[in-house]
Amino acid sequence: MAEPILETNASTTYAQPSADGHFGQFGGRFVAETLTHALDGLAQLYADYKDDPEFKRELHEDLAHFVGRPTPLYLAERLTESLGGAAIYLKREDLNHTGAHKVCNTIGQALLAKRMGKPRVIAETGAGQHGVATATVAARLGLACDVYMGEEDVHRQSLNVYRMKLMGANVIPVTSGSKTLKDAMNEAMRDWVTNVDNTHYIIGTVAGPHPYPMIVRDFASIIGQEARAQMLQQVGKLPDVVVACVGGGSNAMGIFHPFINDPDVALVGVEAGGHGLHTGAHAAPLNDGKVGVLHGNRSYLMSDADGQVMETHSVSAGLDYPGVGPEHAYLKDSGRATYAAATDDEAMEAFRMLNRQEGILPALETSHALAWVVANAPSMSPDQTILVNLSGRGDKDILTVADIDGITL
Amino acid sequence: MSQSHQQNPTGRIAKKFAELNGQNKTALVTFITAGDPGPDYSVPAMHALVSGGADLLELGVPFSDPEADGPAIQAANQRALAQGMTLSKVLDMVAEFRQQDDSTPVILMGYLNSVLAMEEFAQRAGAAGVDGLIMVNLPMEEAGDLREALSAQHIDLVSLVAPTSSDERAQAIADSASGFIYYVSLKGATGSGALVVEDVAQRTKYLRSITDVPVCVGFGIKDAATAAAVAQHADGVVVGSALVQLMAESGSVEEAVTRLQDATAAIRQGINA
Repeated sequence: MAEPILETNASTTYAQPSADGHFGQFGGRFVAETLTHALDGLAQLYADYKDDPEFKRELHEDLAHFVGRPTPLYLAERLTESLGGAAIYLKREDLNHTGAHKVCNTIGQALLAKRMGKPRVIAETGAGQHGVATATVAARLGLACDVYMGEEDVHRQSLNVYRMKLMGANVIPVTSGSKTLKDAMNEAMRDWVTNVDNTHYIIGTVAGPHPYPMIVRDFASIIGQEARAQMLQQVGKLPDVVVACVGGGSNAMGIFHPFINDPDVALVGVEAGGHGLHTGAHAAPLNDGKVGVLHGNRSYLMSDADGQVMETHSVSAGLDYPGVGPEHAYLKDSGRATYAAATDDEAMEAFRMLNRQEGILPALETSHALAWVVANAPSMSPDQTILVNLSGRGDKDILTVADIDGITL
Repeated sequence: MSQSHQQNPTGRIAKKFAELNGQNKTALVTFITAGDPGPDYSVPAMHALVSGGADLLELGVPFSDPEADGPAIQAANQRALAQGMTLSKVLDMVAEFRQQDDSTPVILMGYLNSVLAMEEFAQRAGAAGVDGLIMVNLPMEEAGDLREALSAQHIDLVSLVAPTSSDERAQAIADSASGFIYYVSLKGATGSGALVVEDVAQRTKYLRSITDVPVCVGFGIKDAATAAAVAQHADGVVVGSALVQLMAESGSVEEAVTRLQDATAAIRQGINA
């Protein structure tokens, strides 16, 4: 890859968040006073290390030799042909070690934990990909690791639960509330507030209190940095559209961020439409939510007239979350990005297409981004290009899909 | 010394602390979750707490995601929500309580998303007779707008100070504090762990040296003995999870009233001794 184009000029005109962690009216730090000290410490540590040559060297070493980066940019020829419109390029994040982009963030945060001298890490997980990615780096660095996971998700994602256990992590089923990702995050916050002296909380998405949305975005941005350079090198131009699925929104922020200052590149996030936006049974706060505060930040949130957080639904555990990262809220309101939704059925159809036409098994989360492509590529012209963040692979979802097909494996 | 403490000198909270100060007594602050275990429990329970010896009442506003609360109060939130509790109904309860008690301060405690969802929250709370608000997830940096809206209604936004707050930060919090300062006695969720009285004493001594605003201590005060020990070093002690647990075990409003009154009286006696 050509060196000069690897770095983007994102920081020259787009500079979010503010020093105190706000993206316009969004973001911020809405936590118990007990955690303020730890968050200040983390923000300071990150400021000290993010441009430190030794830290960067260690991070890039790990990304190259442990994770296997850069990941390829791949032209999905048969899919492009069958849809008959824009050329579809896949950023192959499914080829990361552990099977998804999540490990880029956990490696970065684990290196920060090491510098803080904290012997224990905790994480929340929905689909289990972030839990696996955290367990992986904990094993590698010899850190104790506890992963909170909603009881529902423990059942839905039993393969990932066992993977975490194999790597020495302790998986703690969460039985409060709706027993899914949001409750796992509540429980992780309670753990952190109790054990803040010896524990680093590795948040798995671009949400949580400042500085997490910024830190997670920065570590995930390697996706967009590589993809931008690869587009220029392999295709000779930037994409017309960049598409990614959005739950909390880390894979989307990771691929969007290096393109924010490219005004001709459209950024499209795809939320989980569940049974359909009109049914209320979905996980699409940017499409059908209102501004609220949960898990340490102000953003769009699915909450009712009394401010109670609503139960969400998605076929994909990783998108089954009522909130969304505050930077997405900012990009939505500023008009720089747009946010669509794909239903369970549309995602399943796209999932099947990619398997059949490209021999790639995408995660159900990722399949939501692919559903947007299936719906929109045909109306674009063949000289246009779509860059899709193929955020993770779907091995973990095989049992879920078989179940939908009425097959017991 | 705090200027904002002077902002609301005629409110029920300031009056109550002045009165207790005159009697050389430490305030007993009690917490229950509104609408738990059912909507008809709360107002009788509030009166029972007062007759048992509580000086200030904290009323929890049920929230779906109480991330700073331990198992006892989490369960209370879920019971109350299952019974259809809302912030609107909490305010109705306060108004009903006020018909018979116009002097005991009532402080609502909960999470920011609840009050964000209610238009004109401050006005409605003021009209209902609410004296203070504790927002668990609202550190001082984010509190400006709400503090201003509440202040116009003579409602105190009670600030929390944690064991992890630096001296400098504690000073900044104290400078903008009104009503009282809530010192969180341990690192953890509500009702967790065991607090160390010496550590609490050291911190409250410092806090009381930098501000005139009364300092109350909560989180982890489970019984009369701990309350009595902490009371030596604070202007008030907060008892919550233990009372919530007791409500959960009560089979009727009458039983809850009797047990709350007895439990409060025992804690009050311990503090006075």
